[in-house]
Amino acid sequence: MKVLLFILQKEFRQIFRDKIILAMMFAMPTIQLIIMPLAANFEVKNVNVVYVDHDHSSYSQKLIRKIASSGYFKIAGQPDSYRNGLEMIGNGEADLVLEIPAGFERNLVREGSQKVNLAVDAINGTKSSLGGAYLVSVLTDFNSNLDINIKSPGNVAKTPAAGITVDSSNWYNPRAEYKYYMVPGILVLLLTLIGGFITALNIVKEKEIGTIEQINVTPIKKWQFILGKLIPFWIVGIIVFTVGLVVMYVIYGIFPQGNLLILYLFAAVYLVALLGLGLLISTFADTQLQAMFIAFFFMMIFMLMSGFFTSTDSMPDWARTMSNLTPVTHFISVVRLIVLKGSGFSEVKAEFFYLIGFAVVLNGCAILNYRKTS
Amino acid sequence: MKQLLVFIRKEFYHVFRDRRTLLILFGLPIVQIVLFGFALSSEVKNIGISIMDNARDVQSGQIIDKIQSSSYFKVKEPVLNYAEIERRFKDGSIKCAVLFPANFGKDLYRTGGAQIQLIADASDPNTATIVTNYLNSIIADYQQQLNPDLKPSYRIIPELRQLYNEEQNGSLNFIPGVIALIFMIVSTALTSVAVVREKELGTMEILLVSPFKPIMVLVAKAIPYLVLSLVNFIIILLLSVFLLDVEIRGSLLLLFAESILFIVTCLSLGLLISNVTNSQQTAMLLSMMGMMLPTMLLTGFMFPLENMPWIFRVISHVIPSRYYYAIVKAVMLKGLGFSYVWKETLILLGMSALLLTLALRNFKIRLQ
Repeated sequence: MKVLLFILQKEFRQIFRDKIILAMMFAMPTIQLIIMPLAANFEVKNVNVVYVDHDHSSYSQKLIRKIASSGYFKIAGQPDSYRNGLEMIGNGEADLVLEIPAGFERNLVREGSQKVNLAVDAINGTKSSLGGAYLVSVLTDFNSNLDINIKSPGNVAKTPAAGITVDSSNWYNPRAEYKYYMVPGILVLLLTLIGGFITALNIVKEKEIGTIEQINVTPIKKWQFILGKLIPFWIVGIIVFTVGLVVMYVIYGIFPQGNLLILYLFAAVYLVALLGLGLLISTFADTQLQAMFIAFFFMMIFMLMSGFFTSTDSMPDWARTMSNLTPVTHFISVVRLIVLKGSGFSEVKAEFFYLIGFAVVLNGCAILNYRKTS
Repeated sequence: MKQLLVFIRKEFYHVFRDRRTLLILFGLPIVQIVLFGFALSSEVKNIGISIMDNARDVQSGQIIDKIQSSSYFKVKEPVLNYAEIERRFKDGSIKCAVLFPANFGKDLYRTGGAQIQLIADASDPNTATIVTNYLNSIIADYQQQLNPDLKPSYRIIPELRQLYNEEQNGSLNFIPGVIALIFMIVSTALTSVAVVREKELGTMEILLVSPFKPIMVLVAKAIPYLVLSLVNFIIILLLSVFLLDVEIRGSLLLLFAESILFIVTCLSLGLLISNVTNSQQTAMLLSMMGMMLPTMLLTGFMFPLENMPWIFRVISHVIPSRYYYAIVKAVMLKGLGFSYVWKETLILLGMSALLLTLALRNFKIRLQ
């Protein structure tokens, strides 16, 4: 026990001595947590629309005003031909071209229907499909307004025979703001980066400089060395997590709905799993560069598969299995559940066992793989 | 010239000796392409949903059948009360609940108006919006079946054309992003670390006292990473064409020329970093954390730049990958010619020249 205390003392001294690492551990996640949610926004607004109006009638004007005032679109120009409009998509100046043909108003009033041409830049799938869908819904809305305006009053009085009204409500986030979804996710990612990289780099640094040999020849036991490495970074991780929660509350006004104690319980177990991963990486790598790259490789996959960017529900089966086998997935989902919906322990206990499992397996592998002799 | 070749060979030995890094270097793009291409999609499918049917009549049954047959939803067991709905929201098994009031069918026919309640879990706002829209359209569809003459009589019919991507291939948007990211990793991060390692180990001094020109030391350092980047680039192109069915529309020659230009920009950045830092750790931190994150965030391939606060949009103008991303999109995916990308090319050229001058100026051939 006494030996362990000495090792801990040494580790803490080393952590506090290196100002760059210290800054990286505490300042970087704080700054990123403040900045990233501002940039990471999947909401589609400001779709750039250019239109070619061959009709110049009051209806075509009305339609364009309606599009401009919908809030999703920005009128980015008014090229003189459809071809020039396509050119603007090529340049990236526009995402969507709308062409209103000549005779638009006349055909609409006389024949009751009129086609308009729409072309979207479909390389960005989300933007084009959402932008196209928004525009179609603006048109539908415009159509039903036309109905009321053009039809004779007698016809309007005919109410629909059987109307179903849909009353939809948004729970947990009534205004559907994106930050509620992103901020807890980003907090988890930053914690993961810190936890995974720092342990791996720290141990490999000892290897590279050669100081690990000095430790290996002392009577320090394997478990003492490993605990001596894990405990300081576990504490650092908990502090980072706490700082993150404070930032989340102060800057974004998000306070965990659920029990803080349960949240910390999960964070504690998750950090053990994460540090185990760092430890495991460090047993494989000989240089800091290797450790960094191996860690980067796994972090990248974990992040992509974790459901942070895209929903895990829509993945194919093999990918969902893979996603279930990454610890980040479970922790992100737990943090979102507890912070946003206030879930209790019984509702998230499956995730708890997953995390315990990861902690045991990763640390077990790391300890088995760690050799005092080379 | 012969000397340079010898030095380049030495650098290649360094690169090939580190098998693990090499493995990850080639593994990373492959894994990313496979994941982005097959596992990740922004589509919404298989959304867990529960139905509370207090009416249990023909009409509610018909709507439920419609919902069940949609591939967007995975209908879980029916629920009986609000507490149960809340519990399922809280354990994350459903994203939406549909509630039919008692007497739904009766209301529909007698009073001419019935209500369905949708409760969406908006802690994930995008999914909530999409699910609500799907359900709304299913219900509207049902209503249309009930009374076919309900359609509005005046209609503007949009003729939608999906330019450049008619088959809605979701992989298109991220491929240029993956390429830019890989270049940043190989050309910037690896190069900077490679130079700094020689400094740290002290072998740099040996190189500097050799009769070889100091500048050539840097050139020899950069060349293997240029080659590695190009090999990686070819792998990504092959994977995109043969695995993801992406069609390369523009001129391959132009694409390669632009890529080499961007690699040179990245290499200059890497050399600059290596010349101003003294330890591998600082170099790695600067190139991985400092450069990678802005690349991912501010290039525009993950999050739309238009939505960001103005300050980010201003900063994004100094990020080289932003221009390269635009070029690859234009040349590879849209099939446009040089006349569309000359501005971006010029900016990248300017950036490379600036970075390279800075790097060379900071290159110290004397020991402190």
